[in-house]
Amino acid sequence: MMGLPRRPRGTAWTKRREGEDVTATVGRQAQAAARASEVWKVYGSGEAQVIALRGVSCEFEQGRFTAIMGPSGSGKSTLMHCLAGLDSVTRGTVSIGETTVTGLGDAGLTKLRRDQVGFIFQQFNLLPTLTAKENILLPLSIAGRKPDQAWFDTVIETVGLRDRLGHRPAQLSGGQQQRVACARALVSRPQVIFADEPTGNLDSRAGAEVLKFLRNSVREHGQTIVMVTHDPTAAAYADRVVFLADGEIVSELIQPTAETVLDTMKKLDTQVEVGD
Amino acid sequence: MFRATLKSLLARKLRLLLSGLAVVLGVMFVSGAFVLTDTLGRSFDAVFADAYEGVDVNVSAKPRLEVGDFEGEAVAAPVPAETVERIRGLAGVADATGIVAADGARLIGSNGKVVTSFGPPQIGANWVGVSDLVQLREGREPQAADEILVNAALAKAGRVAVGDRVGVLTLEPKQEFTIVGVFGYSGGRDSIGGVNEIMFTTPVAQQLMLGQGDAFTNVTVTAADGVTNDRLRDDIAAALGADFEVKTGAELSADAAATLKEGLSFFNRILLGFAAVALLVGTFLIINTFSIIVAQRTRELALMRAVGAGRRQIIGSVILESVAVGLLASVLGLGAGVGIGALLAYLFGNLSGGLDLAGIAVPPAAVIGAFGVGLIITVVAALLPALRASRIPPIAAMQDVATPDRPLTKITVAGAAVTSTGATLLFLGLGGHAGDNALITILGGVLFAFIGVALLTPMISRPVVGLLGGIFSWWMPGKLGRLNSGRNPRRTAITAAALMVGIALVTGVTVILDSAKSSISGLVQEKINAELVIAGAQTGPRPSTFDPAVLEQTAALPEVALVGGAYGDLAQVGDERTWVGANTNVSMLTQIFGARATAGDISRLGPDQMLISSDVAASRGLSVGSTVPVQLARAEAKTYTVSGIYEAAEFLDPITLPATAAQGFTIPQPMMGFIQLTPGAQAADVLPQVETLLADSPEVSVADQGAFVEQQTEPLDGLLRMIQILLMLAIVIAVLGIINTLALSVLERTRELGLLRAVGLGRAQTMGMITVEAVVISVFGALLGIAVGSGLGAAVVEALRDEGITDLVLPWADMGAMVGLGALVGVLAAVIPAVRAARIDVLGAIAHD
Repeated sequence: MMGLPRRPRGTAWTKRREGEDVTATVGRQAQAAARASEVWKVYGSGEAQVIALRGVSCEFEQGRFTAIMGPSGSGKSTLMHCLAGLDSVTRGTVSIGETTVTGLGDAGLTKLRRDQVGFIFQQFNLLPTLTAKENILLPLSIAGRKPDQAWFDTVIETVGLRDRLGHRPAQLSGGQQQRVACARALVSRPQVIFADEPTGNLDSRAGAEVLKFLRNSVREHGQTIVMVTHDPTAAAYADRVVFLADGEIVSELIQPTAETVLDTMKKLDTQVEVGD
Repeated sequence: MFRATLKSLLARKLRLLLSGLAVVLGVMFVSGAFVLTDTLGRSFDAVFADAYEGVDVNVSAKPRLEVGDFEGEAVAAPVPAETVERIRGLAGVADATGIVAADGARLIGSNGKVVTSFGPPQIGANWVGVSDLVQLREGREPQAADEILVNAALAKAGRVAVGDRVGVLTLEPKQEFTIVGVFGYSGGRDSIGGVNEIMFTTPVAQQLMLGQGDAFTNVTVTAADGVTNDRLRDDIAAALGADFEVKTGAELSADAAATLKEGLSFFNRILLGFAAVALLVGTFLIINTFSIIVAQRTRELALMRAVGAGRRQIIGSVILESVAVGLLASVLGLGAGVGIGALLAYLFGNLSGGLDLAGIAVPPAAVIGAFGVGLIITVVAALLPALRASRIPPIAAMQDVATPDRPLTKITVAGAAVTSTGATLLFLGLGGHAGDNALITILGGVLFAFIGVALLTPMISRPVVGLLGGIFSWWMPGKLGRLNSGRNPRRTAITAAALMVGIALVTGVTVILDSAKSSISGLVQEKINAELVIAGAQTGPRPSTFDPAVLEQTAALPEVALVGGAYGDLAQVGDERTWVGANTNVSMLTQIFGARATAGDISRLGPDQMLISSDVAASRGLSVGSTVPVQLARAEAKTYTVSGIYEAAEFLDPITLPATAAQGFTIPQPMMGFIQLTPGAQAADVLPQVETLLADSPEVSVADQGAFVEQQTEPLDGLLRMIQILLMLAIVIAVLGIINTLALSVLERTRELGLLRAVGLGRAQTMGMITVEAVVISVFGALLGIAVGSGLGAAVVEALRDEGITDLVLPWADMGAMVGLGALVGVLAAVIPAVRAARIDVLGAIAHD
């Protein structure tokens, strides 16, 4: 395992000892990289009122890979958007690291996204005018920060894009594009990376590569990742799965497998159907 | 299909409005031009109808010298006093009045300066009593020789009142008069059509305005009861013979109005010229907008194709859209044109001293012009995008919408071909190979050059935009902006090309005028061997003149070695109308203008002799000893003998007549004076002395060579400024184009902007990025314009080499200013799109499908 470069600005970086099992940390009260407390999200009012989140409280520990799952309309994307400061909450508070996101203005949110949050979207992750390398370094360039060459090399090595750095997105396959996006999210070493269905547009092989890469960045580099997905196979790569239904957290799995995730999903579906 | 088109049209109304605005402005100029000339035309009809209201029949002598449309007014031969008596005695005549009325009576106002009219004549006339038209407002009629009346407009303009002692310049130098009355016209008007009028007693008017006693300029005749005007006209004409022109008042007024309207058509042409520029730029804009719309609607159009719409239907739908835009733009443009026409008519009326405007009407030509131009331009501009739309395959409905990066080979080849066509036309037109079609050939060449360069622009844009953008690359948002501006070379190119047109025209005109100025200045220094020059800045149609006595007084100054005055006029020389000059002192030719004799003697000139230039000698086959009949405006025809020939050169008249002949010129006073000092004398010492001598000639001033050149080239500066202001309009339209392009780019890149914002791009940075994109495009356009304009200007200057424009001056400071203007234009154009981009909701942008 490579030696970890120093994290800037003194923020904690949970360094794991060689060979330590991730399960061991589950029981411990690790410090939260992102936290939602009693978060409500209500759209519209009166007749047209839709409650997307009903008092969700949840912590995402540092150095863990958490998946958020749930049927469509369950509020999983809304939760992620609220956590990432992309959407405002109606009630409750959201914080990332030591920053309280709730109540931040545009400048504060921009700084938060720039310094503490990384994003991987389902598609359109890259600027077509920039090369892969420029795309990866984009957040740092925007912030006017110099990349840490050693860390950059590490990231490139891990995503295996060394020979593709000069290519533009149009010259890359979907999987490669998504790996560039992962590298971009990782290179600024954010507090949390939010991934929104990162494999939704990929075939299973390319998807698996991306997921393995995400898992490795958690295991080997202690990166915190929160991923929204509806794919049980993808969720199985995570350390923990949080299930949402109807705007509430209804279940949680530690060390999931595709089967356990699928089972839980089925149960939820039946509950929803019964509920109807 | 029709309904689908309308719906999509309404969905994009803002965008279409923006591009339609360019057409609106063009149409505005077209219809404004027609409204203006129509209104002014009818106003002048009314003016002349009034002026000749009380005249049944008018008699004047045929002018000795016929003049062309733009060569000034013909000087009518005087009508002898006994002719008035003869007319009065004819059957059917109730009364006949001898009238003296001629242009050129210039009042010196209370500020010591000559009151100018900026166009309308300054009439000096004899007082023949009040009439239906002329009303005495104040004071009394003139009785003594030094008493005058002025019309109310002149009294106001010169700030003079009854009882004031004032100077008046006429055919004679300044003379002093007492204003004994102020008169106005029926309907409470201060002036008819802005004319300034001074009334003298009849003998004084004859002497000062005609230059001879006992004669009149014309005779107005009142018909006896029961005699029709036409009948009376024919009777008088028969009685007087062929030397007189006899017309009814109505005919006279129609003739006078027609002459003025001829002059007005000049305005019309200028405005139509600017309309053409605006429409050319607008065409670029519309092509761009429709191309972008088609590109954005690729999926929609493909879907239509997939569900069975034919190619023609697709073309039809795009064309229909353009027809709707064209119609709307024409209606708005026509409305704006009526407004601008009315405004210009009002300004014109005010400037020319209170022309009573006829009511504003919309002539059919304005309506036809507006709709014709607006519709045709829009539809033609939409044709290309429509054809492209029809080639979208149905399968595109199923694919990702991507703007394919089509190769630029075809467009570049076409651009090269069109550019060389333009260059060829310019070469032919400017080189004088196109004969009578020179102007059209040159304009065609300019148009082709613009279109050709616009087609070449995508190719040029890559390296240039890359280089330009390099300036901003140190800054991430700047780099992104630069990359964005290079993304769609066609779109960038056509947007920049729109700006190019305005900047190129401004640059071209500046190059030509600056070169002309520099050449004139060089020539003056090189060819005029006089330290001081007496001259005036011409403010109206009549050149400034001064009292020739000043020349004699100046000659008496001890520091003065040689002094001479120059006269000039058009005259009939042999069978040709040509410019002739006369100098108070024939030695001026060799001493001051450096004339070199090629034959005969040019150092002296007898009263029956003339000197000619070698060009005239060659073209007319004249040599020393040849005799030529010359008809001047105010003198009987006379035959002169060529006594000398000088080498043709700048500042030398083609024909030089003896000083005595100058009394027969339209304006028998010197227009310029040249003063050569004795060795060692200082110009600065002599200048104030001559200034004192010129106290009674307020139209002119004495200046050293530098100031003289300044004074003479000042009109060029004014012209340049006027053209620049009008061409600003083309630049404003181009700004609309940049706004349009950027707004569409922002719209297209919503998701990208969302992504950028998500990875930490701040609002200010987002705005910076858009601004850089705009600035790169606009500065590129400005550079293109400067390059094309310099080329065009240099070509014209080269063509004018024979006319004496020998220096090519590239106005570097102006060019720098235009690059700055380009950058400013970019910043301004970026404001709205940048704010929109910065306001993009991050979540909405990345979540939208």
